[in-house]
Amino acid sequence: MSSIVQTGRRSLLRASGTAFLSAGAVALLAGCDRMAAQAQTNGASADADVQILNVALGLEHEAISAYSIAAGSGLVTKAVLPVAVQFQGHHKEHRDALVATIRKMGGTPVAAKPDAEVAKALNAASLKNQTDVLRLAQRLERGAANAYLGVIPSFGDRMLAQIAGRLAADETMHWVALSQALGDSLPPKALTLGA
Amino acid sequence: MDTLLACAALAAQLCTGAQLAAVDTGRGRDLWEARCIGCHSLDANRVGPLHRGVVGRKAGTAPGFSYSAALKNAGFVWDEARLDQWLAGPGKFLPGSRMGFSVADPADRADIIAFLKTVR
Repeated sequence: MSSIVQTGRRSLLRASGTAFLSAGAVALLAGCDRMAAQAQTNGASADADVQILNVALGLEHEAISAYSIAAGSGLVTKAVLPVAVQFQGHHKEHRDALVATIRKMGGTPVAAKPDAEVAKALNAASLKNQTDVLRLAQRLERGAANAYLGVIPSFGDRMLAQIAGRLAADETMHWVALSQALGDSLPPKALTLGA
Repeated sequence: MDTLLACAALAAQLCTGAQLAAVDTGRGRDLWEARCIGCHSLDANRVGPLHRGVVGRKAGTAPGFSYSAALKNAGFVWDEARLDQWLAGPGKFLPGSRMGFSVADPADRADIIAFLKTVR
């Protein structure tokens, strides 16, 4: 069994200097404009910060579209629909926080793609029933959780890791609920996410 | 001397064989599905570019995807070595790139890359 903390990961944590969110981003995500303004004056990493924030924003845009596509597909029952809308609401909150952060850091938030474009990219035409829809959502939510966990080593600040962890936790919450709705067993082993 | 050289050659062959045996494309597929699917698909550009054919493709040239200047101007072709460095730390390998996601474990990277080599 591989260890949880690896030498390479430690090295990355120490060495990262370009591709990480600044304390300003974290402060904004945490709702602290004053801290963000102070961090913005340290602009060396601002461009890289905005780029990574925009990748996260793109991911949130796609999730919002995916739930809209699911809700409009006619494949989701009335019992499941409110849960999908709730999950979409979480992604909208993530989006709004990211957009505010990018703007206050002087960047331009990436725009959402049209739902039709997202539907094509996700091959939504192949969805035939509610199980297919839930499986797609389950895959995307696990992927999003792993994406946020996977950027943690790029962070130079422990606060940034905490924010990524909080976002990953939301995505994991969705993944667990979807897995239970699909009747999947819990993972037999621990530490299945982020690895 | 000849004996030493023969032993070295044999050791090198055994080592290469062990490394080849250690690469698991099936595991790489599972890892890709778990870790990359958040942003990538095989056949469609999403948050990140499509992955089919990435091994052997010139960096920054997946049709229809809007790349960072860093990737557009990278000027190299993706091979195993470059993908390994990229996945180990994209910001360090190519400053100015957008991807912050990294894969710490070399064995995981090797398996993911082995899988990507199969999707052409």
